[in-house]
Amino acid sequence: MVVTLRGRCVVPGRVEGEALVTGQTISGWGGMNPVEGRITERRHELRGQSFAGKVLVFPGAKGSSAWSHYFHLARLSGAAPLAMVFARMTTKVALGAVVTRCPAVTGFDADPTTSIRTGDWVVVDADAGIVEVLRRNPEREEHP
Amino acid sequence: MILTDTERAMADGAQGPAVARAMDLLLRYGRALGAERLVECGNVAGTWSVSNPILRDHAARGFDAAFSEFNLDSDEVVAVPHAATHACQLITGFDLAQAERLGVDPKLAGLQAEAEAFFGGRGITQHATCTPYQVGVVPVMGEHCAWMESSAVVYCNSVLGARTNTEGRESTGAASLTRRIPYWGYHLPENRGGTDHIEVAGPVAGMTEWGLLGYWLGEAVEDEIPVLDGIAARPVMEELKHFGAAAASSGGVEMYHIPGVTPEAPDLDAAFLGRAPRRRHRYGAAERRAAWAALNGANTERAVDLIMLGCPHASAAQVSRIGALLEGRRVAAGTALWIFTPRALAAVAERGGEAATIRRAGGQLLSDTCPAISRIMPKGTRVVATDSAKQAHYLPAITGVTCWFGDLDDCVRAAVTGRFEGGLPAWS
Repeated sequence: MVVTLRGRCVVPGRVEGEALVTGQTISGWGGMNPVEGRITERRHELRGQSFAGKVLVFPGAKGSSAWSHYFHLARLSGAAPLAMVFARMTTKVALGAVVTRCPAVTGFDADPTTSIRTGDWVVVDADAGIVEVLRRNPEREEHP
Repeated sequence: MILTDTERAMADGAQGPAVARAMDLLLRYGRALGAERLVECGNVAGTWSVSNPILRDHAARGFDAAFSEFNLDSDEVVAVPHAATHACQLITGFDLAQAERLGVDPKLAGLQAEAEAFFGGRGITQHATCTPYQVGVVPVMGEHCAWMESSAVVYCNSVLGARTNTEGRESTGAASLTRRIPYWGYHLPENRGGTDHIEVAGPVAGMTEWGLLGYWLGEAVEDEIPVLDGIAARPVMEELKHFGAAAASSGGVEMYHIPGVTPEAPDLDAAFLGRAPRRRHRYGAAERRAAWAALNGANTERAVDLIMLGCPHASAAQVSRIGALLEGRRVAAGTALWIFTPRALAAVAERGGEAATIRRAGGQLLSDTCPAISRIMPKGTRVVATDSAKQAHYLPAITGVTCWFGDLDDCVRAAVTGRFEGGLPAWS
């Protein structure tokens, strides 16, 4: 195992999958398409990419109070993230994770958005509050 | 989480299945936050509307099904009981009274009319505005609330001294049935103190200046709690309404203090709860110019198709002032002037004649929504001018139009001439 992050459970569950990582906060209403799970916010580094079925690693939520509603719609459309791993707790992201019903973890001992890289294979054990990077995306260079 | 006997009984179904589902959602949400308990809240502002094409299919299965899914996050369909709190409907997807003229699908309009009657009959007051505090929904200082709508949340915390986090559709739905919300964040007095000291180095008075300050401030502090030091002229309600909406759009400001003005800040020291500021910022001429440039800098096309006023929804005084500015003038051919105000205040403007004055000049008074939410504008609209920093922030991102931000006088002049000629006013 490459990296282990310890935090606390937000929504219980255990999954593993590919990470999609951003250093920028994410908008619900006005920032993503809930039918495709695609980031649409202009000037966002993930613009055009879909978080559907991915372990979404991000700093936190921003923008409209319809954040939870848009992630709720994404779940009903089958476009929800596989798990949420985030740094900064707010009511928007807490309620959003709850209604998305995906395993979610926060409160880490290190910044998940720099410890994990897009394409890494990640195990999210939300019950234990542990996120493990099992193997690095081989197509990305290591930056110390 | 620690629950009272009443809360335990609600969770166990003593008050029926809808209340049990509501408690289930609140407990999942409270645990996610890390809240130790719930708090009683008697004032809820949320959305029960189905005036959105994505929700229409769900609403076709009945309003109980739509409510269970979208307001309770419940897989089980439960019958919607009467609300246990004061609760009101925020902004919706279109102006229901003018749906036909705006080209809204008659089936969707019919469904929304039925939804208003259904939820209105269950205790959800159908104000249909982003500014419930303008139409009698005025929580008192210290009152625990569960509100959505970022511009209303920041007004509730800062100007009224009532306490709310930014809630969502599901948590407000659950709160309306249980009178409960997680005791976390802005409900705790120790979390309401200022974090960032803002030296305001020039005069801030009038809507445009408050909009620019708010727009800069949100970018500077994101979702921290700024304290404005150096405000010489006492602001009025409309200025704070505009200022908070701007700061909540460019950043995520949910609370601010203005010593000597807002109720939890009798002085600078009290605003910080006696603690030292964590960060210091200065708002001077360069920051003011940067805010103007962030809103208008990329715009070149000055021929405008639409003038949008009333974001957040215009007060009665603002509607009256717009009417006075339009007296004896005429909106240019090929340009539209849309003014948004709460439906209750639109009724007042009909009785008082301001609505007739606006119509005589070629403008229209609308309610229930705004172009950023509804995405409804006159056909072919490419360029918009508005006196709202919030609308100028969201409208280009959501609809792709060019949007000018400017002073009300410049916006009304643009409506009359068809060209926006406003610029950054001299700072004096």
